[in-house]
Amino acid sequence: MIVAVASGKGGTGKTTVTASLATVWDGPLVAVDLDVEEPNLHLFLQPAISGSQTAHMPVPLVDESRCTYCGACSDLCQFKAISVMGQLVLTFPEMCHGCGGCLAVCPEKALSPGQRELGEISWGRVGQVVFLSGRLRIGEAMSPPLMRRVKAKLEQMLPANGGDAIIDAPPGVSCPAVNAVIDSDVVLLVTEPTPFGFYDFQLAWEAFSPLGKPLAAVINRAGLGHDAVYRFCREKGLPILAEIPYDRSIAEAYARGRIITEVSAGLRENFISLRDKLRDLARPGPSGKAVHA
Amino acid sequence: MREIIIISGKGGTGKTSLTGAFAHLAGGQIICDLDVDAPDLHLLLKPSRERQEEFYSGHEAKIDPGKCDGCGVCASLCQFGAIREKGSGYAVDLLRCEGCKVCVAFCPAEAIGFPEKHCGQWYISATRFGPLVHAQLFPGAENSGRLVMVLKQQARELAKAQGADLVLCDGAPGIGCPVISSLSGAHLAVAVTEPTPSGRHDLERVAELCGHFQIPLAVIINKYDLNPEETSRIAGFCRGRSYPVAGRLPHDLSVTEAMVQGLVVTELPETAFSLGLKRAWSRIRELAGLGCQGQAAASL
Repeated sequence: MIVAVASGKGGTGKTTVTASLATVWDGPLVAVDLDVEEPNLHLFLQPAISGSQTAHMPVPLVDESRCTYCGACSDLCQFKAISVMGQLVLTFPEMCHGCGGCLAVCPEKALSPGQRELGEISWGRVGQVVFLSGRLRIGEAMSPPLMRRVKAKLEQMLPANGGDAIIDAPPGVSCPAVNAVIDSDVVLLVTEPTPFGFYDFQLAWEAFSPLGKPLAAVINRAGLGHDAVYRFCREKGLPILAEIPYDRSIAEAYARGRIITEVSAGLRENFISLRDKLRDLARPGPSGKAVHA
Repeated sequence: MREIIIISGKGGTGKTSLTGAFAHLAGGQIICDLDVDAPDLHLLLKPSRERQEEFYSGHEAKIDPGKCDGCGVCASLCQFGAIREKGSGYAVDLLRCEGCKVCVAFCPAEAIGFPEKHCGQWYISATRFGPLVHAQLFPGAENSGRLVMVLKQQARELAKAQGADLVLCDGAPGIGCPVISSLSGAHLAVAVTEPTPSGRHDLERVAELCGHFQIPLAVIINKYDLNPEETSRIAGFCRGRSYPVAGRLPHDLSVTEAMVQGLVVTELPETAFSLGLKRAWSRIRELAGLGCQGQAAASL
């Protein structure tokens, strides 16, 4: 089972929920930080890192001796990453999406794959939990290419017969967030019952419900704000699997880098129950078909 | 005309609540919400839309099942895993399609269309604090530095036309494409952080990003009293890098109260939080080279 923890609004508690679930997991688990722009999971899980690699993406390299300046590459490129002007061919590697179109279309075979550094992938372990994380290079604009490489690494790490993973997704509801949840079995939306939290929660519901995966909510800072999110969940039939009360002592414990399941036995119970409900949600439906696409 | 962008790295540190209050304090300047993915500023400013435009960006591949002969060239070329077998042919998974046109160009049956992608809408609205330039990407659409650039361009033109001396922008979390676009041409970035391990870690990355693009940076430490030691560490980091700390604001539930009422916190009775926020705003004005506060805000 792969659980993606997503949110819409940032700062609602995705990393707290991911780390807390990891501490109460009752079997082998890979905890994955796919918020590659601002990865924080390691700050709470504090894993011992055992390996890392730099991730790259192919970008075109031009062999000027073969180029006839026909312009087929720049005609095809949708991202203005390669341009032919007279007897000059220019590449803009930071614009390249790595589609390989220019390499495939060049009639003179004048292009070969070079590399753009995307960032770093690292992995390790904390107790029984395997840790995996991506970290975007500062200045790199695109996070999905690095996320795809982290997910490929996850696929290698998970046993062939499945295995469990929890993904800490980036905030928002656009391409990076969709990329983080698209290969999961269950999407867990963490929100707070404030106007901002609720507005972004509705966006998240709109973005993720068409994926056809089971969706569920965790309400963090319950007691703050208003009750609109509860009403919305009832209307949409979206189960609320856990609530974390608003409590200044929880905020302070978080501020000190503590995982909240270690703060109180009650919170730990909350997350054990959340874990079990997630398993129920991911079980094959009544049709007998596995939920995982 | 000066352009100030409020960012944070980490989400949920208070960017939008602070931007709303700054818009109130600035009075009558141009306001711009550059978090086009999950915009929230409108929830405080209650804009009335005066102009609405559709936003198209890039294209997406669509296979005509009637023309597809199932050869699979498209699937073998697609670097994004966006082409899946469907029936006797293939179909494009639009959530994975990057709009690169490779499948379109190489399909021997010419079965793949390439329509423009409708990604969202942008608006110019009136608010009680001045004009707001904002947008909404359709949920699940490609997050777009391009849309951020459109909004900035509109905000600049509006500022010029109205003789405003400030464009105040609310940014997105993270350090990727939309944040990079929102930094371009800014005179000052203000990073709102919080004294938590994530807050400090993400501040360091967003500060490095500003350095990379040579944008001056000031810092506000929000909820500073949640962890005084971490607040000191952040202040030390800022001192070491010569980032001015424009303010330290206490953890205060009046921010949420204001939000629930659709107000900004400086519209509620004064608290230690709103007082600190006003001081922070004067400091930011100075740092952005805006000089003394004008008439509009003096009457507040």
